[in-house]
Amino acid sequence: MTDAMRFRLVLAGLGLLTLLLFFLSLMTGPAAVAFGDSLHALFSDKGDTVALVMQEIRLPRAILGLMIGATLGLSGAVLQGWLRNPLAEPALLGVSASASLGAVIAIYTGFSALFPLGLPLAALAGAVAAVLVVQAMAGLRGGALAVILAGIAVSSLASAMTALALNLSPNPFAALEIMFWMLGSLSDRSMTHVWLAAPFMVAGWVMLASLGRALDALTLGGDAAASMGVDMRRVQFLAVFGTAASVGAATAVAGVIGFVGLVVPHMLRPLVGARPSRLLPASALGGACVLLAADTLVRLIAPERDLKLGVLTAIVGAPFFLWLVYKTRRSML
Amino acid sequence: MTLLSVKALSASLAGKEILKDVSFDLPAGEFVGLIGPNGAGKSTLLRTVLGLTPHRGEVAIEGRAVASMSARERARHVAYLPQERDIAWPVPVEMIVALGRDVHRPVFSRQGVADREIIDRAMRRMEVEAFRDRPATELSGGEKARVLIARALAQDAPLLLADEPAAGLDPSHQIMLMKTFAALAGEGRSVVASLHDLGLAARWCSRLILLDKGRIVADGPPQTVLTRERLRSVYAVDAHLGEAGGKPVVMPLDLADRNGP
Repeated sequence: MTDAMRFRLVLAGLGLLTLLLFFLSLMTGPAAVAFGDSLHALFSDKGDTVALVMQEIRLPRAILGLMIGATLGLSGAVLQGWLRNPLAEPALLGVSASASLGAVIAIYTGFSALFPLGLPLAALAGAVAAVLVVQAMAGLRGGALAVILAGIAVSSLASAMTALALNLSPNPFAALEIMFWMLGSLSDRSMTHVWLAAPFMVAGWVMLASLGRALDALTLGGDAAASMGVDMRRVQFLAVFGTAASVGAATAVAGVIGFVGLVVPHMLRPLVGARPSRLLPASALGGACVLLAADTLVRLIAPERDLKLGVLTAIVGAPFFLWLVYKTRRSML
Repeated sequence: MTLLSVKALSASLAGKEILKDVSFDLPAGEFVGLIGPNGAGKSTLLRTVLGLTPHRGEVAIEGRAVASMSARERARHVAYLPQERDIAWPVPVEMIVALGRDVHRPVFSRQGVADREIIDRAMRRMEVEAFRDRPATELSGGEKARVLIARALAQDAPLLLADEPAAGLDPSHQIMLMKTFAALAGEGRSVVASLHDLGLAARWCSRLILLDKGRIVADGPPQTVLTRERLRSVYAVDAHLGEAGGKPVVMPLDLADRNGP
């Protein structure tokens, strides 16, 4: 079997798994609806309870799971390829922490209660602010290391401001709301959230997906890539703004969901011959699979307790990552 | 035809002037050895020709200023082998060599038959076909170096700049490399390779450029560049200069006594 055929097989397998998990996510919930009925209800315009549950609650949840998972997987793969570092992940640029801070400020000031999109819009503003600061600090000639350092600084500052908001929170309910939002979840999201996040995510995907060939060349280092016709400033611009747009939008509607963007590229790298350009679509599908599966699991494990998605991905993701490090430590050093 | 023309080139890194008023012309069909002690500015000269470091002066490739070329355009005219041999991911050897062809392919197009042939030829020349499917990160230093050279050859550009390509290779592969570069020159391309092994440089290059403290101190055929006095003043070594098989032999023997005769 040739290389290209195996790659297509991997993509087809991941695509099929994504589809399966998408339907599984649609089927899962407290309202017991039969398989056939639920599928039918998705497209019915009768407006009965089943149709409402499917169209207004489960469909946006499954779509967001799919899109956010793909965002995290894709941006993780791009950042690891661009920075040539297997520890890179979407949160590295400070976008997630700053989007969180925006959301926290919205909750703290009551802005989120004014209108339904108050919170995600504030979070998006936070993400935009972060990427502007990071890009201004690093400069176009600054290169990857400057971006990482600026990202760490912005992340730390945003976390400190979030802690300050919790510290000064006027009532315990607001503090609790902030805490819960930060854990990351897809429950009670509507189609409005989908429509808000989708344009940013799609724009981000287009930017990130265009980097495949440049990332292949970057396997040999920055100078070699530049000599092979890669415009390094363009790569930096697309990687930073693509991540900011897609991950910023994901964080804005779902909170911070960790470890997916870090672990998924690692899991799939051996399946695509470690080739960065092939890792991009595989990692996007893989991210969608993992997030859809995790979001289905939180509903199955503890239907009554509202287990948060971000908690589950971290609990499963961190030990899994440890195991990966243990297994691959020799080839990484 | 002049392939590369460098005029009054100066470059500074972190406020320190590395290259001072460097000028030379390179016609097609030459294999130039760029020699000089550590810190003489060899790597900086190669990187500056590619436009990777800020500089003053003019660099023109086939009559066109490098500064006015896009990165892709430049890549079709010049291939470059950096000194850094770090390969980030365990990708198969063949994919690395094939990267050299990406320069010529429009986005989303596939590898053609001609591309395949050039890739195979580059791998044969560097004797790396035997491990074409192995992850490049698992190879030894010298094998990795040969894979990266094959990648640069696959770029199939009229001008090849190689930064210490012979470092870490065993004697037979060093000679094979030198012969390959000489053969490229015979095909009407030109190669500029920075070299530390004066013996290799003297035997295989058609021309040597000797850099010292950022300036060109000698430029010409190996016999005229490598004189006893120059090796003493630039490298501070005493050397045996001879001839074997009609080609010069250079063997550094001992540190020169700088205060001596």
